[in-house]
Amino acid sequence: MLEINNLHVKLEEDDKVILKGVNLTVEAGKVHAIMGPNGSGKSTLSYVLSGRDGYEVTDGSATLDGVELLEMEPEERAAAGLFLAFQYPVEIPGVGNMTFLRTAVNAQRKARGQEEMSAGEFLKVVREKAKALKIDAEMMKRPVNVGFSGGEKKRNEILQMAMLEPKMCILDETDSGLDVDAMKLVADGVNALRDAGRAFLVITHYQRLLDHIKPDVVHIMADGRIVKTGGPELALEVENNGYADILAEVL
Amino acid sequence: MAVAQAKQDALAARLAGLSLPQGGWSAPARAEAQARLASMGLPGKRDEYWRYTDPTTLTAAQPTPAALFDAGDETPLFDGIDRVRLVFVDGVFDPTQSDDPVAAGVEFLSAGADIHWAQGLYGVLEARGQSPVARPLAALNTAAATEGVLIHVTGRAARPINLIYLHKSESSDAILHHCVKLAPGAELTLLENGPAAARFNKVLEVEVADGARFHHIRAQGRDHERRAVTHIFARLGTGSLFKSFTLTANGVLTRNEAVLELTGDDAVAHVAGAAVGDGDFHHDDTVFVTHAAERCESRQVFKKVLKNGAVGVFQGKILVQPGAQKTDGYQISQSLLLDETSQFLAKPELEIYADDVKCSHGSTSGAIDETALYYLRSRGVPLRQAQSLLVLAFLAEAIGEIEDEAIAEDIRARLEAWLGRHGA
Repeated sequence: MLEINNLHVKLEEDDKVILKGVNLTVEAGKVHAIMGPNGSGKSTLSYVLSGRDGYEVTDGSATLDGVELLEMEPEERAAAGLFLAFQYPVEIPGVGNMTFLRTAVNAQRKARGQEEMSAGEFLKVVREKAKALKIDAEMMKRPVNVGFSGGEKKRNEILQMAMLEPKMCILDETDSGLDVDAMKLVADGVNALRDAGRAFLVITHYQRLLDHIKPDVVHIMADGRIVKTGGPELALEVENNGYADILAEVL
Repeated sequence: MAVAQAKQDALAARLAGLSLPQGGWSAPARAEAQARLASMGLPGKRDEYWRYTDPTTLTAAQPTPAALFDAGDETPLFDGIDRVRLVFVDGVFDPTQSDDPVAAGVEFLSAGADIHWAQGLYGVLEARGQSPVARPLAALNTAAATEGVLIHVTGRAARPINLIYLHKSESSDAILHHCVKLAPGAELTLLENGPAAARFNKVLEVEVADGARFHHIRAQGRDHERRAVTHIFARLGTGSLFKSFTLTANGVLTRNEAVLELTGDDAVAHVAGAAVGDGDFHHDDTVFVTHAAERCESRQVFKKVLKNGAVGVFQGKILVQPGAQKTDGYQISQSLLLDETSQFLAKPELEIYADDVKCSHGSTSGAIDETALYYLRSRGVPLRQAQSLLVLAFLAEAIGEIEDEAIAEDIRARLEAWLGRHGA
């Protein structure tokens, strides 16, 4: 589904090279995890895939179902089925959470040539999905992420994901700032979305999220490259021994 | 202080171009206004109060012609609101396009009587508003206005009154002066919309008696080249409420002054504005709020969205007089600059002579939040739609000052249409 080949990326501003040849293939129906020390390029990878400004791709490609992502605008990538759950969800004062969600859902439907969802239908679906994530009506009325706790923000990301039904979901440190109960809630939300036509790329520092969202494949990223790939046991190895041993072995 | 010769000449030239009304109940007020005007002279570029806005075209003997705006087949503003429509074409009341004013209790400035209730109001609040800052264009209006409505509300007005200002002649020069008097406990919503003329000078005097409530929502016309100077003078009694919101989209020059005086305890005065300008656009909000009683609340909320060299000005003052304890004053003026060529000039002022008050003010200029833009786009919202959402979000606090949700929705729709035309 997602195919990244030899991806090289530098910061536009100070010419700093961040990604130095990332190769990664995520198949439909699978959950891949990326772990790695701070500064290894994990978040940059997620931003570059979703189309954030400030990065320059100097080489390589990234395709979603064979279509080149890197030449698309961010909204086109979203309409193509890519979703990034942000590490730091953005606060947007003045835009109601419900309005935001409905605008996004209908914009994507429009881009795909589908009919817009009626207000009634939308409300019904959103209520049901919000309930599962313990997001109350009050939170839906508030401006996007404004005054939300860390946990509320992350749950709100998962709600967006559930409403938009993307085929390729990237979760960027969705576990950061979450207590155990909130992490369980978020993981349940993610697991409910797992199916044969959808793939996940879970970026995390810690094994504990992977206890709840069981990965099929684990990658270790360091210095802008995927340096090791293995099964779920690789995450446990990191948890027990840190990155030093793995890095010493591969670098 | 003697008025400089140049100013006297300019005033003489301006007055020579006008046919001043004679006689009738308003004659003494007009004569006094003319005397005030003679002592002040017309505003000039060097006047401190006109530091950020050049009044030359507002004071010139003749108006600069202004092309008409074509709104296409767009639904007129407030069309869905059940209201009394009173239409003015280039500043002249047109009964054929209007609802029955008599049934709505509306009289006209041209009313021929020698004695009229409006004698206690016409030019009175304007004259009070000349101190501490001179507002010569308002005095000119009192002296020269030939048309305007006089509304005396004694109960709760059944329907809003909508003054619709059509602009048909490219060189029209309109002067309108309205008086609204709300009896104790009365309530009225006044809607105004339209460009009115190539050059428009309007004064609205509002007396809000104890416990009365006045809502004012206006949308100034979108004719790009039109020029307007407007003044609102309001005096608020005990426990009364005054709320005014103005939408300004386009207009080569607009100066909106609001002079509000809270004279009764526990009164509430809110004045808000949303202005959007693209290119040759200069918009000036000048506000003076005087707290002269206890426990009053005032809010000034002004937001401007500027692009392609558009200029926004805000001069806002809160004056808290001695003894006006427990005053709650709030003032915010903000601009969203969509490019580097646009500018926002702000002069917020507080002057406080009471020791137990709460007054806050803030003024900011900023660009559109790129991170928020990216976030919206990453969820599939196209760039222009995302920009529009953020612009509307920026203006939300000002629009939030409109209490009636249907009216607020109309204003929002008008803004969205503007954003659609102007690509932001």
